[in-house]
Amino acid sequence: MTAIHARFKLDYSNFALDVDIELPSRGVTALFGPSGSGKTTLLRCIAGLERAEGGLLRVNGEVWQEGTKFLPVHRRPLGYVFQEASLFPHLSVLRNLEYGWQRIPPAERKVQLDQVVSLLGLSHTIARKDPASLSGGERQRVAIGRALLSSPRLLLMDEPLSALDAASKQEILPYLEQLHGELEIPVFYVSHALDEVARLADHLVLLEKGRVIASGTLSETLSRLDLPTAHLNDAGAVIEATVSVHDDKYHLTRLDFNGGNLWVSKVERAVGSVVRARVLARDVSIAITAPHGSSITNILAARIAEIQDEGPDRVNLRLAVGGEHMLLSRITRRSRDQLGLAVGMDVFAQVKSVALIA
Amino acid sequence: MDSTFSAADLSAIWLTCKLATVVTIILLLIGTPIAWWLARTRSWWKGPVGAVVAIPIVLPPTVLGFYLLVAMGPHGPLGQLTQTLGIGLLPFTFAGLVIASVLYSLPFVVQPLQNVFEGIPERALETAATLRASAPDTFFSVVLPLAKPGFLTASVLGFAHTVGEFGVVLMIGGNIPEQTRVASVQIYDHVEAMEYTQAHWLSAGMLVFSFVVLLVLYTFNPTGKRR
Repeated sequence: MTAIHARFKLDYSNFALDVDIELPSRGVTALFGPSGSGKTTLLRCIAGLERAEGGLLRVNGEVWQEGTKFLPVHRRPLGYVFQEASLFPHLSVLRNLEYGWQRIPPAERKVQLDQVVSLLGLSHTIARKDPASLSGGERQRVAIGRALLSSPRLLLMDEPLSALDAASKQEILPYLEQLHGELEIPVFYVSHALDEVARLADHLVLLEKGRVIASGTLSETLSRLDLPTAHLNDAGAVIEATVSVHDDKYHLTRLDFNGGNLWVSKVERAVGSVVRARVLARDVSIAITAPHGSSITNILAARIAEIQDEGPDRVNLRLAVGGEHMLLSRITRRSRDQLGLAVGMDVFAQVKSVALIA
Repeated sequence: MDSTFSAADLSAIWLTCKLATVVTIILLLIGTPIAWWLARTRSWWKGPVGAVVAIPIVLPPTVLGFYLLVAMGPHGPLGQLTQTLGIGLLPFTFAGLVIASVLYSLPFVVQPLQNVFEGIPERALETAATLRASAPDTFFSVVLPLAKPGFLTASVLGFAHTVGEFGVVLMIGGNIPEQTRVASVQIYDHVEAMEYTQAHWLSAGMLVFSFVVLLVLYTFNPTGKRR
């Protein structure tokens, strides 16, 4: 599972990168951190766009960099999606898509044009001569398709949505999710937006000042209170659950997971399909007795696993729900004291809202 | 035509075109790597090299011609080299004229190319590399097409500037029919011989040529269309 090993040390006058990590070679790995944390530099080192002397990079047993060996960028079987789409202005949309595809041996072309066109919804863009006539979202989709068509064994994405407006972002996200499901290509995804990460990633690497401060599965890492992610305004846990019941009368859907279930607004997903739900810490309140007469539908039995101060007035709680799942809750310090909350206590978590993110 | 241009005039015009064509081709071949290097390097040498390339813009052509004459002469380093190689001496030959013209027109080719190369974002080159394009592949599939306006400008300026030169030609080439007597020198000859009609025709020809060249440059160069 941990089949990508990267070790890089860079020392610039204003920035240093010092990273030594093992990363899974399947699924989506998010490199998350504030700007200046080194996530883009790390991605560029992996691509070979940045040369960290003495670095090491092994991808599925293949050495891309070690000692004096440095595989040049164009010989690395990777795809790279930059922040801005970077389409070649002198080539038509189709020629842009085919650029990398033409440059790999026919036997290695595992991804085909029509596949990418349908996956990314590109059929109406493909006849366009001038890439500049596309919208921002379309351009980025073409750039993603172009990278995929070079049949990469590793797809690197550097904040591919950050240059887009909210509407274009919403337009692309479903495609990225689909990509995740349909293509067996490991993805490294750089982002500073927690909602994107929660939606797309399986594995999370947190970077700060050029160093890795945490690396683990998404749900595990997001539910840790000792990490900067716990202090964000939109801190919260991610739970993978199964669609179990649709209630047509009230237009609701029940999601089951080991340890409980959550009712959400009805989703058009077949019973049995696995979805991802995100519960923000600020949307979870605590009761020490089973609440009656509450409008809140989702009340889960939980045990307090950890309590951490969050600023002068608030605390973050980590709650174990069932065997393996965690929720975060952010309440006032006063509530904690009034309720006498302590680690190990059995409580009820009242979940005010659940966002279905995938 | 016989009445307007004499055989000698036509020969001078032909020689001018031949010289300008050969010089332009050589300039594109050597100017492209120089311009690329100047556009991309972060070396300390960028300044000095750029200055040397630009010298002919400010230097009187006679000065350049004088130094070249000395260098290519029997006692000059270039002259000694060409003699050892069995080529003989270059001054007052077509080859000598080509070398002098290449040096003289170099900045007019290098500078437009350097400008257009500098305008090509590093990101385009990186993108090509991540799509499996080697450096030469990237040059031909991305840089060259994006730099087309610069190449048009560089070729036209290099050609036109070579056609228009006089001082260097006179110093290095002298005035040998079918060897080094180009149109500008021929005009000078006509004026010296008081053949004003002939001088008028050739001069008008040069004037029209210059105008057409610049018209082509300003009309068809799509610089403004690309970002």
